[in-house]
Amino acid sequence: MIRISDTAFDPGAELTAFEQNAANAGAVVSFLGKVRGKAGQADVSGLYLEHYAGVTEAMIVECERDVSARWNVDDVLIIHRIGQLSPGEPIVFVCVSAAHRREAFEAADFLMDYLKTKAMFWKKEVRDNDEEWIEPRDEDYRDAARWREDE
Amino acid sequence: MARLLFFGKLGDLAGGRMREQSLPKDVVTIDQLIAVITADDAALGEALAAPSVRFIVNEKMADAGGAISDGDEIAFLPPVSGG
Repeated sequence: MIRISDTAFDPGAELTAFEQNAANAGAVVSFLGKVRGKAGQADVSGLYLEHYAGVTEAMIVECERDVSARWNVDDVLIIHRIGQLSPGEPIVFVCVSAAHRREAFEAADFLMDYLKTKAMFWKKEVRDNDEEWIEPRDEDYRDAARWREDE
Repeated sequence: MARLLFFGKLGDLAGGRMREQSLPKDVVTIDQLIAVITADDAALGEALAAPSVRFIVNEKMADAGGAISDGDEIAFLPPVSGG
């Protein structure tokens, strides 16, 4: 399931609900991404995120299908924030349940690489004295490329 | 009228995330639309023509030579940054 929202969410409550629904899974992996308070030396006062409503969701659903084809996972939850965010706030939350841990870890890792480099979100970092639209770092692209090399 | 969508830094440059524009009859590809926009606003046109910018026409990925017509939704996408 994918949920894109302009309001804050509680990752603890989300994980509890997800875990309760994953009654037959042997493994639940979750990843929480938060807004950093620093960009290098500069203080970050906040982030602004936007997406392509409808298209972003449809492409993430396709990615979830890829995950199901590749790993034997039971369930997937993706929550992604848009709008205005402050340092410390949750921005992305990924949960995967599976029979065994390896598949849950790998699927969550794959989904995060997808969200960082391919999903249609645009993120502006607002700092003390300036602002900048962020682009993936080389490291993010390298991370995402690991899954292609496997194929 | 075509509906043009500009995301991320392109929205800032365009001065808005959405605009409606009627396409001249001889404008039938994204390349040609960018040329029309460039004639009006060189900075925006140059940003739209950057190799890292991708296009979606009516919710499907398209390339710069992709066909467009009046009534289409044409989105200009700079490099993404989620997560």
